[in-house]
Amino acid sequence: MRREIPIAITFIVGLAYVIAYFIPHPPFNHFETWFTDWFVIIAAFAIWLGALNLLKISALKIAHKRSDWPFAALIIISFLVMISIGFIEGYRGIYADQPFQFRDPGTAFDWMYVNVYMPLSATMFALLAFFVASASYRAFRARNLEATLLLLAAFFVMLGRVPIGDIITSWLPYKYQMSQWAAWIMNVPNTAGQRAIMIGIALGLVSTSLRIILGLERSYLGGE
Amino acid sequence: MLKKELIVSALIAIAFLIAKFLLPKPIQFSRTVSVIIIILLALLFFFIFILTVKGKYIGRRVVFLLVGIALLLPFFMQFTLPLQISPEVRGAYDGLASLKGGSKVLASFDYDPASAPELQPMAEAFFKYCFDNDIKVIVMGLWPQGAQQANLAVEAAMEETPRYRDEIQYGEDWVNLGFQAGNEFVIVRMGESFKAMFPRDIVKNLPYDSIPVLKNVRNFSNIDYSINFSAGKPGTVEWVQVAVDRYNLNMAAGNTAVQAPMAYPYLKAKQLTGLMGGMSGGAEFEKITGKFGKATTYLLSQSFAHMVVIVLILIGNFAFFRERMRDK
Repeated sequence: MRREIPIAITFIVGLAYVIAYFIPHPPFNHFETWFTDWFVIIAAFAIWLGALNLLKISALKIAHKRSDWPFAALIIISFLVMISIGFIEGYRGIYADQPFQFRDPGTAFDWMYVNVYMPLSATMFALLAFFVASASYRAFRARNLEATLLLLAAFFVMLGRVPIGDIITSWLPYKYQMSQWAAWIMNVPNTAGQRAIMIGIALGLVSTSLRIILGLERSYLGGE
Repeated sequence: MLKKELIVSALIAIAFLIAKFLLPKPIQFSRTVSVIIIILLALLFFFIFILTVKGKYIGRRVVFLLVGIALLLPFFMQFTLPLQISPEVRGAYDGLASLKGGSKVLASFDYDPASAPELQPMAEAFFKYCFDNDIKVIVMGLWPQGAQQANLAVEAAMEETPRYRDEIQYGEDWVNLGFQAGNEFVIVRMGESFKAMFPRDIVKNLPYDSIPVLKNVRNFSNIDYSINFSAGKPGTVEWVQVAVDRYNLNMAAGNTAVQAPMAYPYLKAKQLTGLMGGMSGGAEFEKITGKFGKATTYLLSQSFAHMVVIVLILIGNFAFFRERMRDK
């Protein structure tokens, strides 16, 4: 029964969604509504599950003194500090003369978000630019036809997406300026490639979904 | 090793504090100084070119330093770059410009602070344009931090244009419904009822039915236009596949530069009315709306960084071909 019940649930829910898409009328639309509500509730719990899992993994790392365990300690401290400030501000906000939310401008939570979380997140993302530049210099080579095409596309798009590209080619007629080359690459080869990928993914999704709904694909249950 | 990193971090912090508290503000290079700096940079790259051709590749730390300089120096320069409005950004703007006063726009903030440097300027320009043209904005987010980013964008708009604090009323001119977990299933459910997914707002915790701007807003059919600021999944792709395709929502998108290429098929199929891609898309949007902000300022830095990367690619490849010819 440990396998049959999940397979039956998958079959019923999957079929309900397919029917509701093509026949959006009672009772099929109600099934879709119910199942979507359930999904949203499960997704909300999954966020908590993710957070608790992170805590558990970090705690185990500290307990076993694995490599870089001080970073795990930092994760737990940051998590607890942020959550505590959120709860405290939320509590204060409820009983304040002018009620406010924990994330409103001026609260400690907002201060932490703007002055700690935002710069740290942006820094992590911004580091990419430095590594991309270093890799471009040391490894981005026109070794074969594919790499040459990629390099040429990168050259035209990178220059064409910023105004400096048009300044460099300002002596050319407008339709031959760098931004127009970049636009052509984005509109023609890029769109064609993206469409091919999308159609491929869609066909794969349809076939995999059918296999799951019909119980032929059971790897999501684990063990197979 | 750790000691060395701590010393570097401390030096950066000291340099930051000196710049913040001791130097006169704001520092702006004259045009001549800017040109001299650019010439010096060009000479530096020529020197790197010579070294590389001789087979002496510069270290990655030097590359990092060069990128850092290329990003930093333009902030002190006074060049204004000529910017052409692309058809993609014009499409997004035309959709907004065609709205009458009192129209309702749904704005989904599907990104986090990591992508804020690219998307936040678009969001700020969007709010400023809507506030100036009496367009009502309904904000929501499929990413946990999205709704907070919207609050920050509104706060930045109000900081820059103080009259908004008196003229713009929360609940009447805009509302923030917050984040809802569930990715595209949230969009599916909103197709029938917004209230089912967002029973209260997140700024004042008001019940859905008591918020004036949400009066007569039941589902997508009551929305005049929508815009999606997205940095990944769930984002523009999911909105198009569910809200646009199934519920005929009229939508434009603002994407990070990395994600924008994926939205082009939808743009060409007219499922998106327009697309703002990355920092340049943001700067174009600021220009066309007349709400100049951070994207226009940052664009010079981005231009310099792109140039640095391209020059490094060219130098690396020149050395590569030279080595290959020598080997033959």
